[in-house]
Amino acid sequence: MGEVRLTAINYNKIGLKVGLEIHQQLNSEKKLFCNCKTELFKGEPETTFMRRLRPTQSELGQIDPAAFFEFQKGIQVLYEGEKETSCLVEMDEEPPHNLNPEALKAALTISLMLNAEPIDEIQVMRKTVIDGSNTTGFQRTSIVALDGEVEILGKNVPIQHIGLEEDAARKTGETPQVLRYRIDRLCIPLIEIATSPIIKTPQQAQEVAFAVGRILRATKMVKRGLGTIRQDLNISIRDGALVEIKGVQELELVSLVIENEAQRQLNLLRIREELRRRNVKENEIEDDFSDVTTVFTNTKCKVVQAAIKSGNKVYAVKLPKFAGLLKWELIPNLRLGTEMADRAHFWGRCGGIFHTDEMPAYGVTKEEVESLKLVMDAKQEDAVVFVADNKANAVDALKAVTLRAREALVKVPEETRTAKPDGTTRYMRPRPGAARMYPETDIPPIQISTKYLENLSKNLPELPEKKMRRLTRDYKLNKKLASHILDSEFIQLFEEIISQSNVSPTFAAVVLTETLKALKRDNVEVDNVSNQKLSVLFHQVGAGKIAKEATSDIIIWLSKHKESKVADAIKALGLGMLSQTELQKIIDNAVERNRKLLVERGDKAFGLLMGILMKQLRGRVEAKRLSEIVKEKLNKLK
Amino acid sequence: MTGKPLGYKGKALHLLKEIEADIGDIIRISKGKSIYEGVLIPRSEFSDDNHIVIKLKNGYNIGISVVRETKIERVGAGPKPTFSAPQTPKQQEELPEVTILSTGGTIASRVDYRTGGVRPALSANDLYSIVPELSEIATIKAKILYTIFSENITPKHWSNLSEQIAKNIEEGAAGVVVAHGTDTIGYTAAALSFALQNLPAPIILVGSQRSADRPSSDAATNLIGAVTAAARGPFAEVVVAMHRTTSDKAIAFHRGTKVRKCHTSRRDAFKSINTLPLAMLEEGEFKMMIKDYQRRNSTRPLTTKPHFNEKVALVKFHPGIDKGVIDWYLDRGYEGIVLEGTGLGHVIHQCFAALKRAIAENCLVAMTSQCIWGRVNMNVYNTGRDLLKIGVVPLGDMLPETALVKMMWVLAQTKNVKEAKKLLTKNIANEFSNRTVFQNFDG
Repeated sequence: MGEVRLTAINYNKIGLKVGLEIHQQLNSEKKLFCNCKTELFKGEPETTFMRRLRPTQSELGQIDPAAFFEFQKGIQVLYEGEKETSCLVEMDEEPPHNLNPEALKAALTISLMLNAEPIDEIQVMRKTVIDGSNTTGFQRTSIVALDGEVEILGKNVPIQHIGLEEDAARKTGETPQVLRYRIDRLCIPLIEIATSPIIKTPQQAQEVAFAVGRILRATKMVKRGLGTIRQDLNISIRDGALVEIKGVQELELVSLVIENEAQRQLNLLRIREELRRRNVKENEIEDDFSDVTTVFTNTKCKVVQAAIKSGNKVYAVKLPKFAGLLKWELIPNLRLGTEMADRAHFWGRCGGIFHTDEMPAYGVTKEEVESLKLVMDAKQEDAVVFVADNKANAVDALKAVTLRAREALVKVPEETRTAKPDGTTRYMRPRPGAARMYPETDIPPIQISTKYLENLSKNLPELPEKKMRRLTRDYKLNKKLASHILDSEFIQLFEEIISQSNVSPTFAAVVLTETLKALKRDNVEVDNVSNQKLSVLFHQVGAGKIAKEATSDIIIWLSKHKESKVADAIKALGLGMLSQTELQKIIDNAVERNRKLLVERGDKAFGLLMGILMKQLRGRVEAKRLSEIVKEKLNKLK
Repeated sequence: MTGKPLGYKGKALHLLKEIEADIGDIIRISKGKSIYEGVLIPRSEFSDDNHIVIKLKNGYNIGISVVRETKIERVGAGPKPTFSAPQTPKQQEELPEVTILSTGGTIASRVDYRTGGVRPALSANDLYSIVPELSEIATIKAKILYTIFSENITPKHWSNLSEQIAKNIEEGAAGVVVAHGTDTIGYTAAALSFALQNLPAPIILVGSQRSADRPSSDAATNLIGAVTAAARGPFAEVVVAMHRTTSDKAIAFHRGTKVRKCHTSRRDAFKSINTLPLAMLEEGEFKMMIKDYQRRNSTRPLTTKPHFNEKVALVKFHPGIDKGVIDWYLDRGYEGIVLEGTGLGHVIHQCFAALKRAIAENCLVAMTSQCIWGRVNMNVYNTGRDLLKIGVVPLGDMLPETALVKMMWVLAQTKNVKEAKKLLTKNIANEFSNRTVFQNFDG
């Protein structure tokens, strides 16, 4: 079954509304509330420690249900640290130090560039987050300015607020009982830019993201590389639900993620229609779970086999009249069955669920499916979902499945989803209630003086439009290349390189945009090559010490040898430029070896000799210089 | 609270009074082209009088400066919180009875997200609802004795606390837990160790290093450990229960006379000095680290000696100290001085005359070391030998703070200096250890 993807959605008609929250790491020397480096570490942690986060009760007696559920299950969090990138502050073993003035300056600069109104007195808040990503159980966050705007094609899109907050710890692993987080990223300053939920098309959202990105980079105060910018999207359509999508890692993905989400919600609404057509009633979907282990006693399915062997059982539930709907494709690689599996994973902490829509498969035979249906008293039109785990987990998992099935009858559920690199999204957790915030009393309020702001206003970085003009006029970049480099994270590096070296601006811009992108596509880890190394590389090219043609090879080599320098790459690849004498000698040799052939070819000899020599000398001589000498030699030959 | 919005003063207060705005009301502030609307939030009393703090709809607080063109109006009453406590677990009558006495350290609290206030949980029910695990361990009787910061605890509180504990023990409590701020918990623990002797049941002091309003607080884990020890710990001594490491895993029980706060903020700030912790609790299992301890025995008759003499001082020697410091105490009739000397127990010879005067005036003078770890030995250097000759009493490996508390207690038991000296140097509550093994340096 599965729904055919619509070629074009009329976003106006479906009432799409998008709010954009852009989070960008600042490239400050120190963290937001301590003096640790704002870097990540690789390899084994030096310290680990284990904590449990207990949901704090509010005066209203409310506790975040998902958080409380996790707590009740006894989930522990294992944190990993290392002494350069974290200290007692990240460990929640010491109160935070004062807010980093460097980060505040960056946040206010960005606010002013977005025409926002800075707050007179900034109050740092604690936003309750107890998924383990913050050792404290809350994120320290503040609003620094309100009511900004960004211009898109002559129209102003309002920016609701600009915030300054700490980044969270990054997840490094998970078992059913223990979550692992690394605290190096915790407390790196993040700027948050939030638009009102008034964006109407994916394209417009994309443009806002780019425009904001340009302003961020114009400040030269932001980090680059994967994970340093993350977008959260609030997306809703009419009759659908407000869904929060977290962690879109590239600006380019924004429109695709929105398209996919609109599509997903539309398909969920179609499934609802279909369920209504089939006349399924909410109370028909019962939490009636059966132990069906006997069906699988001799199964070839490895997962089920292993589970039974370790003493677990197989439990199943019937979803009446759901046959075929679980494999209904919502967006590529995501079916209703996937949504249920993700819910089951969250609430039951089990590896995965199986359902009859996808059977026989995974080693489960047709016979087993038939006897499962028989045991479950399931008819042709029913679906059966089963899971192999201990009873407690299985019950939680199947409860999550039946709840999701009932929701499918009623509505698109409000939830928080996480963005994947391919632009699809997966269920992450229920949407938290209203943000639960209270003041961070360990940090005194920060007053922003008019004088300080006036000073900042006078020294604002060049605006992107102005820079665009400069790129095309002074550096003679064509418009397309200019806008590419402007939108890339390398704009700052580009300008540094051009001002300090003799390399051609067009060449540098092409490498920093197209070449790097192409290499990334080929799975070259471009982020391993530091700005400093790229800069050295361009200097060498500008000085005529490296052939332009060798640039890609050197970048590839450097990406694989993180500790090495550009000079090492040149040496390892044998890419040093040839001296005039060396070059003459090599060409003379080639001419000598092929003399007969070259004479025979006459006018076509040039191409032949160039071919032979380029193969031999690739990257060690500029093609232009080579061709000049070759022409000269061939002339002599005549 | 009406008529005086909490924490505001001067200009800001004046404006708020004019519009009769109270904390929790929705107010609108306009200034130039900016308009801000939100719930009025209390202001820290240490902040200036130029700003008004509101909570925006999205939950963030912002401070708005009050200038000439600032206009402010009260929009209406804000949402009033109606607290409906989650269901409290049922008391299990067959479980041991534990009394929790609270002195002011907030061991459990809930947050008022509306105003940002943090309210301590006061009743047993409150404790159950916030730390539901407690209901599986004991039936709890909770009582608030004081609500003060621990730096404001005085020897008078020690006396009163001792009597309260004694009363609860005599009424049959399986153990008593004292919730206490961590800054002076060590002093109180030492005081209780001398005031409550021959204990039939354990007295557990407990605190938290990271505030109870944060999800990561060590308060709940420590409290669970303390209540478990009070309910079924094998020992009947005065101890401090805190995290053993930075992880939420093991709880260490330190003897009240040997424990010291050695870090300003870490969860594992408390160390047993010159000895091991008495016991450890991990995954519900007690492990005795010291084999020679007083076992729980409900028939043992408790002796209460709850009085302390406040005319005792702890004087830390430092280079350049003014010998007049000692004279100052003597002029005010102090009856005892504990010196915190350097190294093995030394002070500058310029102080000798003042110390001689002290002893001549029947003031008890004793020596401890500011090294914290190790014991004093005044036979090694001339200065030590001189001080011994003057009559300064060496106190072995006793902690300076414990020595202070003990001397206060001793001088409330007797006015006779000779007897006092005898009592001071007698091991009453494991304040002395006669062996220091190599391993005990890291507490």
